[in-house]
Amino acid sequence: MEPVLTSGQHVGDHPRPEKNYLNENTRVWDWMTTVDHKRIGLMYLVGSLFFFLIGGMLALMLRLVLMTPQHTMFGIAVDAEMYNRMFTLHGAIMVFLFIIPAIPGSLTNFVLPLMLGAKDVAFPKLNLASFYVYVAGAIMAVSSIVIGAVDTGWTFYTPYSSSSSQTAVASMTMAAFILGFSSILTGLNFIATVHKLRAPGMGWFDMPLFIWGMYSTAVIQILATPVLAITLVLLAIEKTFHIGIFDPKYGGDPVLFQHFFWFYSHPAVYIMILPGMAIISELIPTFSKKTIFGYRAIAYSSVSLALVSFIVWGHHMFVAGQSQLANVVFSALTFLVAIPSGVKVFNWLTTMYKGNIVLKTPMWFAIAFLILFAIGGLTGIFLGTLSTNIHLTDTYFVVAHFHYVMMGSTVTAFLGGLYYWWPKMTGRMFSEKGGKISCALWFIGFNATFIPQFIMGSQGMPRRYYNYLDQFQPFHAFSTVGSWILGLSLFTVAGVLLASLRKPADAPDDPWGGTTLEWKTSSPPITHNFHDQPVLEREPYDYRPAGMAGKGH
Amino acid sequence: MNWLTGRFMLPPQGSAFADQVDTTFLGIYWLSVVLFWGITLTTLYFAWRYQYKAGRVTPHQTHNTTLEILWSVIPLLICVGLFFWGLNGYMKYAVAPGDAMEISVTGKQWLWEFTYPDGSKTINDMHVPVNKPVRLVMTSEDVLHDFFVPDMRVKMDVIPGRYTQVWFTPTVLGAHTFTCAEYCGKDHSGMKGIMTVEKQEDFDKFLATGGTEWETYRDSGDWAGWGKLQYERKGCNSCHSVDGTSSKGPTWKGLFGKTETLGTGTTLVVDDAYLQESMLQPNAKVVKGFEPIMPTFQGLLRNHEIKGLVAYIQSLK
Repeated sequence: MEPVLTSGQHVGDHPRPEKNYLNENTRVWDWMTTVDHKRIGLMYLVGSLFFFLIGGMLALMLRLVLMTPQHTMFGIAVDAEMYNRMFTLHGAIMVFLFIIPAIPGSLTNFVLPLMLGAKDVAFPKLNLASFYVYVAGAIMAVSSIVIGAVDTGWTFYTPYSSSSSQTAVASMTMAAFILGFSSILTGLNFIATVHKLRAPGMGWFDMPLFIWGMYSTAVIQILATPVLAITLVLLAIEKTFHIGIFDPKYGGDPVLFQHFFWFYSHPAVYIMILPGMAIISELIPTFSKKTIFGYRAIAYSSVSLALVSFIVWGHHMFVAGQSQLANVVFSALTFLVAIPSGVKVFNWLTTMYKGNIVLKTPMWFAIAFLILFAIGGLTGIFLGTLSTNIHLTDTYFVVAHFHYVMMGSTVTAFLGGLYYWWPKMTGRMFSEKGGKISCALWFIGFNATFIPQFIMGSQGMPRRYYNYLDQFQPFHAFSTVGSWILGLSLFTVAGVLLASLRKPADAPDDPWGGTTLEWKTSSPPITHNFHDQPVLEREPYDYRPAGMAGKGH
Repeated sequence: MNWLTGRFMLPPQGSAFADQVDTTFLGIYWLSVVLFWGITLTTLYFAWRYQYKAGRVTPHQTHNTTLEILWSVIPLLICVGLFFWGLNGYMKYAVAPGDAMEISVTGKQWLWEFTYPDGSKTINDMHVPVNKPVRLVMTSEDVLHDFFVPDMRVKMDVIPGRYTQVWFTPTVLGAHTFTCAEYCGKDHSGMKGIMTVEKQEDFDKFLATGGTEWETYRDSGDWAGWGKLQYERKGCNSCHSVDGTSSKGPTWKGLFGKTETLGTGTTLVVDDAYLQESMLQPNAKVVKGFEPIMPTFQGLLRNHEIKGLVAYIQSLK
């Protein structure tokens, strides 16, 4: 179980350099004005993890309130209005401030130029600008919490949001509007970088699959996010000037809002899951010490998921009052999603077949991902099928399903990726034992929290419910206990990673035996990424003995 | 047995449609169980079987076109089958039979109002005859709601400014819960009630008198008990407390015989006549400190129900 390169070994002729991107120019001002993608990635990491903490705390509080019918949290009674604000903030923070920016903003910002053999992203200043737009959106979101919070659910459905809710809907939608621009700018930057800054010798099919996944994500970001922006502006216009767009009181149509909203928010689901899949496509070949099976199939499946994601939004609206014919068409299109998703899973499994599998922490997370994503994906079939959707939609079944995809899959992959690139980002190895304990707790806690929610949902427990029928109480209690294990696992992750920072830099340049270019520079990298311009001589994931390696899948 | 078949996932069946939905649900359930364990056990087996061994050289398998076509086409065929299975059930849900009894449903924050073919109304308390198709024509007075009857496996959004419909044929006598499934604000989770599926003769009696229980109360002369039932059924309890706590409306505790000051400044003593007026024209004389927000119960309350409510208020000393 030894890594290919052991501690102290370094790439090429370069011993660990004195100066790297972390210890050069360390004043606060240098960080605030940096255009280094690695530093911006770290700042995004801190920002999005901060909001993951806040959103997670809200989740633990929600679970505590739901644990017993008394609705208390450490003896403090929580009323329905407070509960509604809490679940809205949990959803809005997790979606707009954590999952959407987390992998693109932090890990991808850090590794994408490295993987391409580039010095930075195509537009470094724009990259910094997108971070500050994110910060502005975050401040706006936090201030709307302070001035009265929001109780509409993260979906802002009209006419509740436009005329009934007495909360800070306007400023929260403005925050989502601003955050959308951050997402658009990041996507734009990545697309330009992939097109223009690949290392000499790197054709499109020589790129790591992570890049294919993130490229597909970026395409969705720039095409879908403007629709959300327009929708939120229309909502603001209606709210301010009482011009009828979505509210029937003024002659508008509330179902139109849902069409607009999901036209963005369904592709946004793929903004969340594709980066997770992108990370898994790196972890599995690296730790299986075997070339990825079906490189082109995985690359094309990322692109086709991105395309299909634009034509399935109506499956959120089977009982929302859209035409019955539209329901039938959207159901048929929705099943198309299953094919590329299945292709990816089968390719990952086949990559493990006859591999030489090193069971390090990131691989544990990759295995956890495969199992949790299987549940997330398969329960999607129940929801894509028309007759069962009628019964299951708007219940806890949906809540459990999307948590399996958003959290069980994307966040599992994010944690795996964080552990995977941590030595590259910080120059430090973390405790393997601690990492594995955190993964085991995560897996157990996650299933304990969300499996009861599947059962509750299919038995008829609607979502966004403060009061529930007594028969569901045992399930809620079980789920709440699961959430504590989940919370514990995340604190373990934080502890393991932060503990590694207390020791001197000890990570080798390529601790996992990776083949992609980010491992061909120092850990942590120097400010300009590479000592010499890297030239691609072999395809990614080529684990053939040195003499036999080459290019061309 | 329920744990073995997957039935434990589902609520009791209350309609013929429920059985059809459940068959599809269990079909997908078993497909998922097989695929899930297939993927999971394969993953774990590979992770164990091909664990790292120093010096092992891995084969350079880049792709296998046959295999890849197979694992794209077979899932596609399964998906096509599932789509049609779901479509088949959906067609039954989508088209109501022409002879279905029509009940209009109005959703508002946070109660359900039902109007029967003869014009009589109930709130949060729905009665339907067994084995007869029922078609609900629904609309909302304020925001989005969703009428969801888990036992019937039906659900449909209720939208302001338009009518939506849903239908089912109840087949199981007894009480079935219905709920609001589209988030609608503060008391979203309180917007629920009981659908009583009863024999045709009981349903006819319900329409004539407001319920079979009436006979029991009439015979025992328990007017206050009858009123208490109305208090819960007609939704009075969402704004009026009976324990002295102040809510959106005045508490009923100690209300009868009390001298109240109205918003206009005049005072009056709460008596039978005032209570009855307050139910039928609630905003005529509003007590000071309260908003004129109560909807009228004209047409919603029968005379013997008003009498019961007055007796109940009288009993709350």
